Amino acid sequence: MTKVLLSNIDRPEQVKLETYRASGGYRGLEKALKLDQAAVIEEVKASGLRGRGGAGFPTGMKWGFVPRNSPKPTYLLCNADESEPGTFKDRLLMERDPHLLIEGMAIACYALNCHLSYIYLRGEYEFIAHILQKALDEAYEAKILGPSLMGRDFALDIFLHLGEGAYICGEETALIESLEGYRGYPRLKPPFPAVSGFLASPTVVNNVETLCAVPWIIQNGAAAYASMGTEKSKGTKLFSVSGHVNKPGVYEVEMGYPLLDFIKNESGGIPNGRKLKAVIPGGSSVPVLTAQECESVVLDYESLAKAGSMLGSGGVIVFDETTKMPEVLSVIADFYAHESCGQCTPCREGTGWAAKILRNIVAGKGKRSDLELLLKIANMMEGKTICPLADADVMPIRSFVNKFRNEFEDFCNGH
Amino acid sequence: MIEFSQEAKRRYNAIVSHYPEKRAALIPVLHLAQREFGWISQEVADYVGELMDYPPSDVLSVATFYTLLHKKPAGKYHMEVCRNVSCWLMGAYRCVDEIKSLLRIDVGGMTEDGRFSLNLTECLGSCGTAPAMQVGDRYYENLTPQSLAEIIEKLKND
Ligand SMILES: Cc1cc2nc3c(=O)[nH]c(=O)nc-3n(C[C@H](O)[C@H](O)[C@H](O)COP(=O)(O)O)c2cc1C
Ligand code: SF4
Ligand code: FES
Repeated sequence: MTKVLLSNIDRPEQVKLETYRASGGYRGLEKALKLDQAAVIEEVKASGLRGRGGAGFPTGMKWGFVPRNSPKPTYLLCNADESEPGTFKDRLLMERDPHLLIEGMAIACYALNCHLSYIYLRGEYEFIAHILQKALDEAYEAKILGPSLMGRDFALDIFLHLGEGAYICGEETALIESLEGYRGYPRLKPPFPAVSGFLASPTVVNNVETLCAVPWIIQNGAAAYASMGTEKSKGTKLFSVSGHVNKPGVYEVEMGYPLLDFIKNESGGIPNGRKLKAVIPGGSSVPVLTAQECESVVLDYESLAKAGSMLGSGGVIVFDETTKMPEVLSVIADFYAHESCGQCTPCREGTGWAAKILRNIVAGKGKRSDLELLLKIANMMEGKTICPLADADVMPIRSFVNKFRNEFEDFCNGH
Repeated sequence: MIEFSQEAKRRYNAIVSHYPEKRAALIPVLHLAQREFGWISQEVADYVGELMDYPPSDVLSVATFYTLLHKKPAGKYHMEVCRNVSCWLMGAYRCVDEIKSLLRIDVGGMTEDGRFSLNLTECLGSCGTAPAMQVGDRYYENLTPQSLAEIIEKLKND
């Protein structure tokens, strides 16, 4: 299979500019700089690349929303906040192939006419900041970045910005608030960042993996990228697999790979000959799938949506038959309660109460009527808040309780 | 009165120069201040506020939003063990129990000599190498009670 993202990930010293260049690095940027800015955007549009941060929005289209004649500067922000439970793919790209990200950002900046760009890296990844900073320093020294992008009449600065621990700052408008120096409170949309984002200027926020796909697309052409994957989900995607599998890790596969084959062939199946019970296919914010539901699912946006879940960030968490699902949901609910920014009452109160009720159920002190209460709280949270974090709590609550109701009732037995 | 060292002052100027507006530097400056002074006390908030020309209450309101900025003293080795799904599945709480009994502290606590403190944290992006913990700018992964005993022994003598 053709690898777009991980082809050089195991190459020794790939983090160094010299090695990166020897593996064909920065040739995509060279090629892009020979094209019109608009032509680069067209190429990304034609590739069918969709955002890998979770929402799956078409990347070329997003770039096309940026006004071309704004008197204000345009900013590109790389979302490296990777905090969705079950997701650890951006980390691999940045740790092992940092120049790939820098090249992808440089191409995007050229296309967007952006001269100042930031990588918003989650603070916990400080050890990766050292790697990225070294790569940035090398790129400046080699005059790839700086006053003239690879010798062209185009200035580009890329700076690294560390977050300080807040899941919500992965949401793009919270990321912008945080980058501006404030609490990470999501903003109401519209206005969308493309029109008014960082410092009220046109801003594009893209995920690490999205940007890392761009050099390959420019170098090999949109058609080559679009020839991979399925009709509406083009190209390849990284999946982070964890939980009950023999070989947890990050795998790059073409979109459309059957989920169960993926678990068996790529991540080595389930340990100890146990049976599969359930899978969270796209990070903790998406609905869980039962083993039976998994049978007909392939890994792309449409198939997962059809099965009632989402591709999300591609964080695949696998649960074997011994897993107690109410306990898992309680762990997840605590997470959202902790990470709610507190701006919206339905989210602040709802996530908190759901977590409390679930802790009570798991401790054997719950009542069957609590299950109705949980579902009612979920209904009261959904679609009523500034950002999708509240919905991200609703998805697991509703799917876990409805699909594993017996287990929840067993925990409530006698009450 | 506290004050940044010469080196930290140089860092401060470099940080501020990375942004079109000074305000955007506030959080990285708080990070720097924590590295200098250990945690974000009222005194540190006053100092950062004065340095950057923001009211200390504004500075603290930002600091209290972010979990990596400490609002109380933390140990030299502040251990943050992930409690989220994949780590939980792989035995994170066995590791937490091991730390508690080795160091005789509770979650949220600190050893008397100020060397170690312990907290639970959310997904660290190490789910494939679970369970995991962060200590300063280092990750420790695939933790077991045995490996933790070795890590702690090493950090004790560090
Ligand atoms: C609560 C929440 C958390 C998010 N966390 C992340 C994240 O950690 N990384 C990321 O790239 N996108 C995250 N997103 C999605 C971003 O808002 C945004 O859609 C994305 O960065 C856009 O980039 P893309 O189009 O390249 O995917 C999050 C969204 C929400 C609602
Ligand atoms: S939904 Fe929750 S996290 Fe999102 S803005 Fe509202 S309170 Fe904050
Ligand atoms: S769940 Fe612990 S690192 Fe992701």
